[in-house]
Amino acid sequence: MPLLEPRPAPSAPMRLLSPLIAIGLTLLVGSLLFMSLGKDPLEAFRVFFIQPLSSGNGWSELMVKAGPLILIAQGLAIGFRARIYNIGAEGQLIMGALAGGGVAVALDGVDAWWVLPLMVVAGAIGGALWGAVPALLKTRFNAEETLTTLMLAYVATFTLSYMVNGPWRDPEGMNFPQSIMFGDPALFAPWFEGMRVNASILIAAAASAAFWVFTSRSFLAYQLTVGGLAPAAARYAGFSAKGTVWVSLILSGLTAGIAGVGEVAGPVGQLNLNISPGYGFAAIIVAYLGRLNAIGIVLAGLLMALLYLGGEAAQVALQLPAAITGLFQGMLLFFLLGSDVFVDYRLRPRPKPVFA
Amino acid sequence: MSTVPPPFSGPPGGVPRLELTGITKRYPSVVANDGVNLRVRPGEIHAVLGENGAGKSTLMKIIYGAVQADAGQIQWNGREVVIANPSEARRLGIGMVFQHFSLFETLTVVENIALALDEPFDLKALAARVKEVSTRYGLPLDPGRLVYSLSVGERQRVEIVRCLLQEPRLLILDEPTSVLTPQAVQKLFETLRRLASEGVSILYISHKLHEIQSLCHGATVMRGGKVTGTATPARETPASLARMMIGRELPVCEIPAYTGEAVPVLTVKGLSHTPDDPFGTSLKDISLEVHRGEIVGIAGISGNGQAELLATLSGESTGPAGTVSLAGQPIGHLDAGKRRKCGLTFVPEERLGRGAVPPMSLADNATLTAHAQGLVKKGFLRPKAAWAFAKTCIERFDVRCGGPGAAARSLSGGNLQKFIVGREIMQNPIAMVVAQPTWGVDVGAAAFLRQTLIDLSRTGVAILVVSEELEELFEICDRIAVLAEGRLSEAVPKADTNAEKIGMQMSGLFRNTDATEAAHAAA
Repeated sequence: MPLLEPRPAPSAPMRLLSPLIAIGLTLLVGSLLFMSLGKDPLEAFRVFFIQPLSSGNGWSELMVKAGPLILIAQGLAIGFRARIYNIGAEGQLIMGALAGGGVAVALDGVDAWWVLPLMVVAGAIGGALWGAVPALLKTRFNAEETLTTLMLAYVATFTLSYMVNGPWRDPEGMNFPQSIMFGDPALFAPWFEGMRVNASILIAAAASAAFWVFTSRSFLAYQLTVGGLAPAAARYAGFSAKGTVWVSLILSGLTAGIAGVGEVAGPVGQLNLNISPGYGFAAIIVAYLGRLNAIGIVLAGLLMALLYLGGEAAQVALQLPAAITGLFQGMLLFFLLGSDVFVDYRLRPRPKPVFA
Repeated sequence: MSTVPPPFSGPPGGVPRLELTGITKRYPSVVANDGVNLRVRPGEIHAVLGENGAGKSTLMKIIYGAVQADAGQIQWNGREVVIANPSEARRLGIGMVFQHFSLFETLTVVENIALALDEPFDLKALAARVKEVSTRYGLPLDPGRLVYSLSVGERQRVEIVRCLLQEPRLLILDEPTSVLTPQAVQKLFETLRRLASEGVSILYISHKLHEIQSLCHGATVMRGGKVTGTATPARETPASLARMMIGRELPVCEIPAYTGEAVPVLTVKGLSHTPDDPFGTSLKDISLEVHRGEIVGIAGISGNGQAELLATLSGESTGPAGTVSLAGQPIGHLDAGKRRKCGLTFVPEERLGRGAVPPMSLADNATLTAHAQGLVKKGFLRPKAAWAFAKTCIERFDVRCGGPGAAARSLSGGNLQKFIVGREIMQNPIAMVVAQPTWGVDVGAAAFLRQTLIDLSRTGVAILVVSEELEELFEICDRIAVLAEGRLSEAVPKADTNAEKIGMQMSGLFRNTDATEAAHAAA
């Protein structure tokens, strides 16, 4: 077995190239996969990556999917920089959707401009509170946030299930687990007839700009980064380690919560059990693929959205199973982590013992 | 200290125990060893003298088989050998005692020794051998003791005995006295002389000139990876050895008198503290006063509460408000950032990862603690101000680096230390706490740092220095206290004490355990 030894000076260009290498390897292995399934790889890639973008509606769908991914990933990246690993954004998204959706259900029939903004604020608070729970557990009991955030994601799923099966079930919904369809005041109006893209992507765009300024310019983000790179230096400087935990988890909860409202007040239009196709988890990949950088995350979010669309197209056009989307996401993350290892480390053959 | 070693009496024309010829080792960025020749005769204590980065450690690793030379020959007892790994070196009869110990704290002495053996062992028989060897060489050890309960000096004995069990013909010791009291140093020297008289060759790595003069028969001096000369230390003066080692005269500090009023600035009162770390040292009722314009030194061996005391002073761990005060204001409950705002700055022992963030630039590292100096405005960073601050610091404190954009980890230890000290001074503190100011720093930078601290104190700043280097404390401090087993002695003017007395205080509290242990070992 060769040894894995740290490189004296990891190359900065390679760190930026690493996502591209990961994408390349994903495509390579993807073509092997298509071939083994008896599909022409070129045709498959056309279906996967070109066809979805060959219509206006395709671009609209790309935006619809990229919006929440980017929004959530921007929040997550703040925590990841500080080595606070919130992997339960899916739960915070659901709690945000529940809070925002709850407002819509309660205010059904109220026709006022402030209903939608109120939903967004409620969703932000709902997601932030759900992020605050693991922050409290971590700062108070030193409970590992990777576990608590994930477990709370399941709690959120069951809470949603309870609400749409119980108190908020649509009385005229034939007993389906879903709420009433929201009225127009509680929905983001589509921009174009027959397309689903709406103003919620402006929230993701604004958030990206804000996070770019925040991460590159603010003292708070600097403190979070120091806490992640050198915890002893943060303590020495007097930066609060607990503050880092709170800020990271509340911020990422907040963006996930808003993304949840964007779903229920957008493409979904109600509360039901399918409000997110795993955006909260996919956003983890987006954050790392984008190098935890606000601009990188925008690009990575678009790519991940394309994978969702391509996966759907491949199901229809090539009769491939739905798991294909998850498979591509998984390969992308796997190759990205693998490439990153070789940015920081190199293989060295194990020295052979020589006897004199 | 002044005992001169007897002239070496080995056969002058005999076959050397070890002879290195033209040893060269290149690393990507540096030539660590450049055509090094070294000759050690049987029974000779031979010093390898040089500053940090002179290539001593690399050379020893090559002899011990941990690193392979790119070029050159190794002759062992007149026969050319290739030493591929440490276990082969041990088989030849080469033993090495490292500067940093590799012992398991939760195992006993004999278990630790057994782990390092290359052959199968029987614990009982091994324990008997350990006892026998340790008594024969005056290194009392109880094989059944758990390592965590041993003092640092005792741990070093474990390492030495571990080597001696393999009956080495060449023993390499890397800076062995940096963790010992002056008395323990004398004991170690007796052991080494005894080994040498039995024909064991010893390679003694150090930068302490007086030790080498009192112990070693011969010396090879290195600078910048090359041998700059060989000498018989007893015939040289510290100044002549230093010239060979650093290439110029040994710098001397100037110590002007402080003319201002001596007002207490940093006060510690009745401080007791139990650390979270189970192997940490509890602080017991510590009281101390540092006045304006003076440097107070805390002597003692690391592990006697130094880390804990420094953390409670800096604010990295907090306690009751009244235990630490600054200019009369209680600050014991404040975190490090708040204490810095009150005028207390701190230079920690670990420069990378604590005093500075390794991958960040010097400009970004300026913001780490100096953010209140206009480097942050309304919650936003001011990169230009940070750059200017770092630039001033680099110029004022002679930091040799690639500029404010250089990553902290790209600097040598001495230059990074100058940057950190400079950064803390530029915050205009009224009191400053400095841990191991010149640890791992070359002679030139060390002299600069010492002079900087003296000059700063004479402007009216109260300075507390915690250091393992006794000579350093005697050079720069006005008063010296000793920290041993979590207790602090009274700080006395340095004219009223000496190395002997300080050494007694360092070990005085260990005496009981030493006595019982000697009784154990004799039983």
